[in-house]
Amino acid sequence: MIVTAHNVKKNFNHRIVVDGISLEADEGDLVALIGPSGCGKSTLLRCLNGLESIDDGRIQICNTTLLSPRDIGQKIFSQRALAVRQKVGMVFQSFNLFPHLTIIENLMVAQQVVLRVDKAQAELTALDLLRKVGLEDRHDFYPGEISGGQQQRAAIARALAMSPKVLLYDEPTSALDPTLVDEVLRVMKQLDQEGMTQIVVTHEMRFAREVADRIVYIEHGKIVEQGPPAQIFTNPQDERTRTFLKHFL
Amino acid sequence: MKTVLAFLLLFSIFDSREAGTTPLRWGADFESGAPYSFKDPKNPDRIIGFEAEIVEAIAREIGMEVQTFQNNWEGLVEGLKRDDYDIIVNGLEITPDRAGVVNFSQPYYITSEVMTVRKDENKIITLESAEGKRIGTLAGSLAQRILAQQDFPFEMLTYGEEVHTYSDLALGRLDAVFMDEPIALYYGKPNPALKIVGPAVGRLEYGIATRLNDKELTQKIRKASAKLIADGTFRRILERWGLWNGLTAKQWGMSAEPETPALAYEEYLKTAWKPVDFVERMRRYVGFLPLLAKGAVMTLQISIISMVLAMIIGLFTALGRLYGPWPLRWVGIAYVEVFRGTPLLIQLFLIFYGLPHLGLRLDPFIAAVLGLGLNYGACEAENYRAGILSIPKAQMDASQALGMSHVQALRYIILPQAIRVVIPPVTNDFIALLKDSSLVSVITMVELTSIYGQLASTYFDYLGIGLLTAAVYFLIGLPFVRISRYFESSLNVHFSANGKR
Repeated sequence: MIVTAHNVKKNFNHRIVVDGISLEADEGDLVALIGPSGCGKSTLLRCLNGLESIDDGRIQICNTTLLSPRDIGQKIFSQRALAVRQKVGMVFQSFNLFPHLTIIENLMVAQQVVLRVDKAQAELTALDLLRKVGLEDRHDFYPGEISGGQQQRAAIARALAMSPKVLLYDEPTSALDPTLVDEVLRVMKQLDQEGMTQIVVTHEMRFAREVADRIVYIEHGKIVEQGPPAQIFTNPQDERTRTFLKHFL
Repeated sequence: MKTVLAFLLLFSIFDSREAGTTPLRWGADFESGAPYSFKDPKNPDRIIGFEAEIVEAIAREIGMEVQTFQNNWEGLVEGLKRDDYDIIVNGLEITPDRAGVVNFSQPYYITSEVMTVRKDENKIITLESAEGKRIGTLAGSLAQRILAQQDFPFEMLTYGEEVHTYSDLALGRLDAVFMDEPIALYYGKPNPALKIVGPAVGRLEYGIATRLNDKELTQKIRKASAKLIADGTFRRILERWGLWNGLTAKQWGMSAEPETPALAYEEYLKTAWKPVDFVERMRRYVGFLPLLAKGAVMTLQISIISMVLAMIIGLFTALGRLYGPWPLRWVGIAYVEVFRGTPLLIQLFLIFYGLPHLGLRLDPFIAAVLGLGLNYGACEAENYRAGILSIPKAQMDASQALGMSHVQALRYIILPQAIRVVIPPVTNDFIALLKDSSLVSVITMVELTSIYGQLASTYFDYLGIGLLTAAVYFLIGLPFVRISRYFESSLNVHFSANGKR
C-alpha cells in the first residue's frame, strides 16, 4: 500500500471535521472520494500531504509516517510533511497557478528551486509535460490569458513536473464550465492508464464510475461505505449512500 | 545598479573641506539675520553682514580660514557643544547662565532693545503704553526676558526669526515688535509702513562663544579681539553697517559720532527694500536655479538613501512579524508603533542631539538618513505586511504542495506577487519622504527647503520663491512617479484576467 490512513481525526476550533477515517490506496489505484460538501473530504486530502496536521491517528504515505505534531513535535512534523510533499502532488479546485509566471515557468520553478534541476533540463521536462496535456502552444502565456480547463491541465502538468508517486485532486473540475470538464478528466484517465496513483475528491460520478478502482462515500467526517464502482453505484448497501446518489441520476 | 549605488555613496561622503590652513568653523543661522550674517542678495552664495566681517577680521588675525556652518538659532549652543563648529558669532548675548555653558570673548557690540510699531500707530509710544496689546519678540532673547518681567498685562508672541515678526506687524497680526536695535534698524525702519518709537531699553552685549574646554582658541580670539578693538577695525565695521552707537563707544572709550559712512547699510537699503518689477523678478528667479538645484541634489540624495534603508528595514520587519518567533514579532510590533506614533522631528532631534549624551555622535547626513530611514521603515513594514497578507493563502498552499519550503515559497512565489500590490503605497511613501526630508534642516543639513528659507528671507519673497521651490519639489518627485507607474503597468499585464490573446 502506497497510502495508508489509519483512524485519522482532525478538528477545527472544536468542530470535528474528520472523525476517525481509515483508508488505503494501492500503487496505480484511482480512489474517488465522494459525498456531500463540507464533510471533511478536502480536509482529509490536505492531511494526506501534510498541508493540515492531524490531531489523532496515523498516515503512511510514500514510506513517510505523519503523526499528530502533539506527539512528534512541530519541527519533526514539518520536516516529514515537506518530505511527503516532494513525492506527492496536489491539484486544487481553483487551479492556483502562479499568476506572475508564464505556464512553462510555472512548471519550471519548483523543479529548479526544489529539485535543483538546471534551467535547460527543467524546460525540456516542462515542454514534454505540456505536450502530454495538450498545452505546448500556450507555454509562454500567462495563467490569466488561458481558459479554466487549460489552467487546470497546466496545474496537473505542474504537479507532474515533480515526478510524484501520488497525485491528490481536490474537486479538480468543480470550478469549471461544463464544456471544459472533459479535457481535464481525459488527462486524469490517461494518467490512470499509465499507472499513476490518484486520490480524487469529486462530484463527477460518471467519471468515478468509469475510471475509479474504488469509491469511498464520506458523510460527516466518517466513511459510510466503500467499494468498487460496480457495487457502490448499482447496489449501495447504506441508505445514506442511496440518498446521496439519487442526486446524480 | 551596483555602480549607481556606489556613485550615490561616494557622492554622500564627499567632503568639501579644503586641505591646508586650519579652518575656523563658524556656526550661525544664515536664514535670516541682516545685519548680522546673511546671504548677499546680489550673490546668494556669499555670506555678508557685520558679523561676517568681524569673523573674517579675527580669522585673518589668528591665521585661520573661515568655514560656515548653518544651524537654527535656538540650536546654536547645542551644536557648539557637539563640536559641529568652533565659534558662534550670531547676535548671541552674553548672559550669566550662558557663560556657564560656553566661553565668551569680550563683547564685539553693545546695543539695546527698541520698539517698532505701524506708521499710523499713535497710542504706543513706550513699552508700558503697549498695555493690552500684542507684542512680538524673538524666542530666547533678552527682549523676551525683559518683556516677561513687565508687570502690565499684554500678549507676548515669540518668533523663531525676525523677518516674519516685522511682516506680521505690518500685516496687523501684531501691534508692536520689541527686539534688538540692529534688527529694528534693518527690518523695521526701512519698511515705509513701520516706525521705531520710544526710548531704548536694557543693555545687551554680543560675544563670540567658544567651547568651555577650548582654552587655546578662546585665548587666541580674546587676544585678536582686543587688538581689533584697539586699532579701530571693529569700529569701522560697525560704522559701515550703520550700527555705531553710544553704548559701544563708551565701552571702548571712543567718540560716539561715526567717522566713516554707512556704506553697507545704504547698499542694503538699496537692494533689499527696492521693489522689483516682474521681468527683474523672473531674472532673479533664474539666477536662483543653480542654488535650488544644489539643494535639490542634496534632498534627492538624502531621500533616496533613506528610502532604500526604509525598504530594507520594512521588509525584514514585515517578515519577522508575519513568520518569526514571538520575541521577534514583539520587537517588530514595538518598533512599528514607536516610530510610527512619534513625530519625525522629535526622532531627528533625539538622534542628532540626544545620542551624543550616550556617547554616539553622528554626522548630520548619517543622522538624517537614519532618522528618515527608521521612521519610514515603520511605514514600509506595514505596507509590506499588508501586501504579503493580500496574496491568497492558496498560493502558499500550491507552492508547498510542490515541495517548496516556506522560505522558498516566499522568495519565488509570494513576495514577487506582493511587490505589485505594494507599488502604489510605496510610491506614496517615497513622495512623502521627499517632502519630509525638509525637516532635516533642524539638524543642520542644508537641503532644498533651507535654501528656500535663506533666499526667501534675504529677498523678502516668501510667496514667489515658495512657489518656485514647491515646483522644484514637484519636479524632482515626478520621475519616480513615472517609474512606479511604469512598473505597475508592466506587472499588471501579467496579472489581468482579461488579457486574453
